[in-house]
Amino acid sequence: MEENNEGGNLAQVQHVVLILSGKGGVGKSTLTTELALALRHSGKKVGILDVDLCGPSIPRMLSVGKPEVHQCDLGWVPVYTDAQKSLALMSIGFLLEDPDEAVVWRGPKKTALIGQFVSDVAWGELDVLLVDTPPGTSDEHLAVLENLKKQHKVDGAILITTPQAVSTGDVRREITFCKKTGLRILGIVENMSGFVCPHCSECSNIFSKGGGEELAKLTGSVYLGSVPLDPLLTTSIEEGKDFIQTFPDSATFSAINSIAQTLLTSIQNP
Amino acid sequence: MADIPSDAPQHCPGTASEQAGKTSACQGCPNQNLCSSGATKAPDPAIEEIAEKMLTVKHKILVLSGKGGVGKSTFSAHLAHALASDATKEVALLDVDICGPSIPRIMGLEGEQVAGLSLCLSPRYVEDNLAVMSIGFLLSSPDDAVIWRGPKKNGMIKQFLRDVDWGELDYLIVDTPPGTSDEHLSIVQYLSSARIDGAVIITTPQEVSLQDVRKEIRFCQKVQLPIIGVVENMSGFVCPKCKNTSQIFPPTTGGAERMCEEMNLTLLGRVPLDPRIGKSCDEGKSFLTEVPDSPAAAAYHSIVQSIQAYCLSHVPREESAG
Repeated sequence: MEENNEGGNLAQVQHVVLILSGKGGVGKSTLTTELALALRHSGKKVGILDVDLCGPSIPRMLSVGKPEVHQCDLGWVPVYTDAQKSLALMSIGFLLEDPDEAVVWRGPKKTALIGQFVSDVAWGELDVLLVDTPPGTSDEHLAVLENLKKQHKVDGAILITTPQAVSTGDVRREITFCKKTGLRILGIVENMSGFVCPHCSECSNIFSKGGGEELAKLTGSVYLGSVPLDPLLTTSIEEGKDFIQTFPDSATFSAINSIAQTLLTSIQNP
Repeated sequence: MADIPSDAPQHCPGTASEQAGKTSACQGCPNQNLCSSGATKAPDPAIEEIAEKMLTVKHKILVLSGKGGVGKSTFSAHLAHALASDATKEVALLDVDICGPSIPRIMGLEGEQVAGLSLCLSPRYVEDNLAVMSIGFLLSSPDDAVIWRGPKKNGMIKQFLRDVDWGELDYLIVDTPPGTSDEHLSIVQYLSSARIDGAVIITTPQEVSLQDVRKEIRFCQKVQLPIIGVVENMSGFVCPKCKNTSQIFPPTTGGAERMCEEMNLTLLGRVPLDPRIGKSCDEGKSFLTEVPDSPAAAAYHSIVQSIQAYCLSHVPREESAG
């Protein structure tokens, strides 16, 4: 039976949130994964669209291996992480023959694939679609935003930073990108916010302190919260394990969950 | 013809692109027939102009990583500082991270902007013998975003290489953004007639980084860019209180060491996580001068020595005779 595709493949997706940062390596993919798992944990159907074409990290973080991506009448069928289909994923990682193969594409080719990723993935019914992006303010960001706007209202973006000025300096530019493109900023998250030594509990501010909150104040944005540097989280991510299942009592999970719930409230009550 | 002609439509792929004249955006463009005929894909004369310019630059080193946030800019800056600590050497640092230019802040040159978008392409000097160029200097405010598609970024990189008055240099270090896209292709393309000594690849120990870094290594192999070696950054953290080591970014698949063994590359060294590195970068100071006795500073020095030795031992015969 042909599925109803009126309104395109995003018609039954309730909310779309971009995860952005001007800066690389602040934990966009990690937090996209963890927020998705937290939202699923609270009963939501979630999708992740990974538009980092040069460095697609999400497939490994969710331990989905290298499944074959199938086509249906409506386009690509996303990869599901479980039999209940509660978490769907699409990434260029699935389309590469060789996982070490470099995607050496200039802007126009990246733009074209991202257009397809936005319109040609048969997401079906989702409560939230999170879009993980590479660092910067260039082709991928313009492409994903333009294509999402054509198809669907974009709820907004979460910006990830780490505390230090070198990071917030880039994220300020990403904020300008959001303002110039009319993208609502749902809030700022400060990642790698302090490290508590597992041996003696001394807290070290390895990547400085306070920058995320200062940035939120400076730019009039909502501060969604901070997530500490946690080797248990980085190991879970490395091994593609569900951190929330493995460490449900950790302070890190509590921080992530709090951010997920604030995000949900924000997009459900704009 | 300009890479993006002034009468081109909004999503012009660039006249030198394989897609020139062929994309949907090209429909109706007055240049479409010319582009699709292949006439615009003749070698860019800038390549020879840049090769000419680069004759006065003895060694060119690219700092790359597939992964963001591993410390490319931090490393590039400290490599520049270390090389320039020899007052007889002339060193320059070129930042081609167009969207996220960190080098001005890390080198203590923030606030050196000129009002409005400037065409002034004079490098800024940290020391008499250490010059820096970045798009950051051309922006009038720290909030200014460079929201450019690939072709425009490529044009900027061409200008940086061709139009900046670099003068005579012993070392030109090029800091790059993460990925394997326009900036990387452009740098390699524009320097294709000027000899690049090689690339230093930066990674952190965990597989999430290494999987991107392997792609960068494949990119280097594809474009025949020699790899000087790999630096593993953020390699363990020693608690300042109890002195125990924690692997915050765990090398679950053997870290850079195993990757180098598998890919037959040199591991130049490992730099531990030290909060004072980030602090120095934020304050625009050289960590090597601020905390000279730290294990991280020692690691940097050893790595820099290996890079210098590589550059000096790989000079082509006709240059070394002079």
